Amino acid sequence: MSSSAPAILVRDLHKRYGDHHAVRGIDFEVAPGEVFGLLGPNGAGKTTTVEILEGYRTRTSGIVSVLGHDPQQRSHELRARMGIVLQSTGMYRHIAVREAIAHWARFYPRPRDVDEVLRLAGLTEKADAYARTLSGGQLRRLDFALALVGDPELIFLDEPTTGFDPAARRAAWDVVRSLQDLGKTVVLTTHYLDEAQALCDRVAIVKEGRIVAEGPPAALGAGSARYRVTWRGETGELATRETEDPTALLHQLTSAALARGEPLEDLSVTRPSLEDIYLELTAEAVAEGSETPAEAQEATARE
Amino acid sequence: MSEATLAWHQYRLERRMFWRNPSAAFFNFFLPLLFLALFGAIFGGDQKNLDVIVPGIAGMSVMATTFSALAMNITFLREQGVLKRMRGTPLPSGAYLTGIAASAVTNAAVQIALVVLAGRLFFNIGWPKDWVELVVFVVAGVVCLASLGVAYSHVIPNFDAAPAYVNIVFLPVIFISGVFYDVDNTPAFLRDIAQALPLTHIIDGLSGAMVTGRGIEDNLSALGVIAVWAVFGIVMAVRGFSWESRRDR
Repeated sequence: MSSSAPAILVRDLHKRYGDHHAVRGIDFEVAPGEVFGLLGPNGAGKTTTVEILEGYRTRTSGIVSVLGHDPQQRSHELRARMGIVLQSTGMYRHIAVREAIAHWARFYPRPRDVDEVLRLAGLTEKADAYARTLSGGQLRRLDFALALVGDPELIFLDEPTTGFDPAARRAAWDVVRSLQDLGKTVVLTTHYLDEAQALCDRVAIVKEGRIVAEGPPAALGAGSARYRVTWRGETGELATRETEDPTALLHQLTSAALARGEPLEDLSVTRPSLEDIYLELTAEAVAEGSETPAEAQEATARE
Repeated sequence: MSEATLAWHQYRLERRMFWRNPSAAFFNFFLPLLFLALFGAIFGGDQKNLDVIVPGIAGMSVMATTFSALAMNITFLREQGVLKRMRGTPLPSGAYLTGIAASAVTNAAVQIALVVLAGRLFFNIGWPKDWVELVVFVVAGVVCLASLGVAYSHVIPNFDAAPAYVNIVFLPVIFISGVFYDVDNTPAFLRDIAQALPLTHIIDGLSGAMVTGRGIEDNLSALGVIAVWAVFGIVMAVRGFSWESRRDR
């Protein structure tokens, strides 16, 4: 495959479960080596979309290509070239960490070295521990290790840090960054904005089975072409104003302060963050009251 | 790596996992021996009853290690998400499931060996009269009850329910199939039900092989019934197989 061909291509993807239209026409592409995030609330259709890409579900309609394969054909070659970290997966209780990685390595034509995988996943010290003795964060790292051991080109991470404490999240993020450094293509779903912002080259915000915004996390914020200017006013209160042209406002503020002979305290100029955009988009959904009972049900069922 | 090699590695892993839960492994093998000891004590020196109970316990062992164990194990693996995880790797499904089934078959073989040994040493029934017949009926019983166990796992909704679901089949079946007493002494309607079920016929064959010396040629109808159940079990095991827990679907 030439390097310019996308690792993943999705065109007008639809998925229906009976009456429930979970995915309603999604399009996106992921370039090789890119970390792509699907961001959205529970029940938005993220997991359904990813499980179609992974080959677990068949689509209702649309075109899907993963590393040049149609994933629902479930070809052996495709599965040997990708690694999957599912939202929640079980493990043999009495298997040692190193033993599990060595066993999984046999499934793949060109596995990575077991010790290297242990190191990448941060499990070297736990190599001889049984799975049943691992913490939630360590089990998650074992999931990463097992997804990595086949040296896949493409790795799917479905809500990789849900339910983690902050230290475990940081550790998981470091693993994702090392995947990126190895040149892997990564597709992750998350409902944490900071996670998307910290890890993703590009994110798509999914709402009700559609992509409502897409782009690099920084550009998504900048895309609204608004600046937020904050300063402490004469009365000591914090004032905030949003403007498309901060130059004039700043000139006005600084001139007034200079004229008074006082410093302008706590002045900042920021672009809206991904979080602002995300909350704007999801707040809209709540205001419309458009979440159907089926979607609410799906959201509960996935928790 | 070839599919057979992968199945072998999976089998080895399943065996290690089995032995790493030593108390479970111990009770697994201890239960039929305990039953033999108890019934041996109850029947005392009545050789006629001992001649029934030894092949009966052998049949029960086949059912416990294949039907019950696989119904529980597959439910557990499915609900825990292990099946789904395996489904996402290049490990061929056939190699994976062969490894799991072969592990159950190993337990069946070990238990049969223990029961044969106990029959020789403590119950005065000697070595089996017909080894070929013994192997034929153990193999037929294992294939039949293992596939029925996998098929039955499809109707078990979650792992908490698995013991109840398994016992509601296992216990009545071993009671009416002549594990503990001669089926000829039971009421006709129970005998008719038992005649339709595979375990009675597996025990008939084992009894022929281990005690009475009634050969395969006289037990062909028993083999026929087992074969019909085996075909049904295999078809249902394959057709209804789910790699994911219900709450994920």
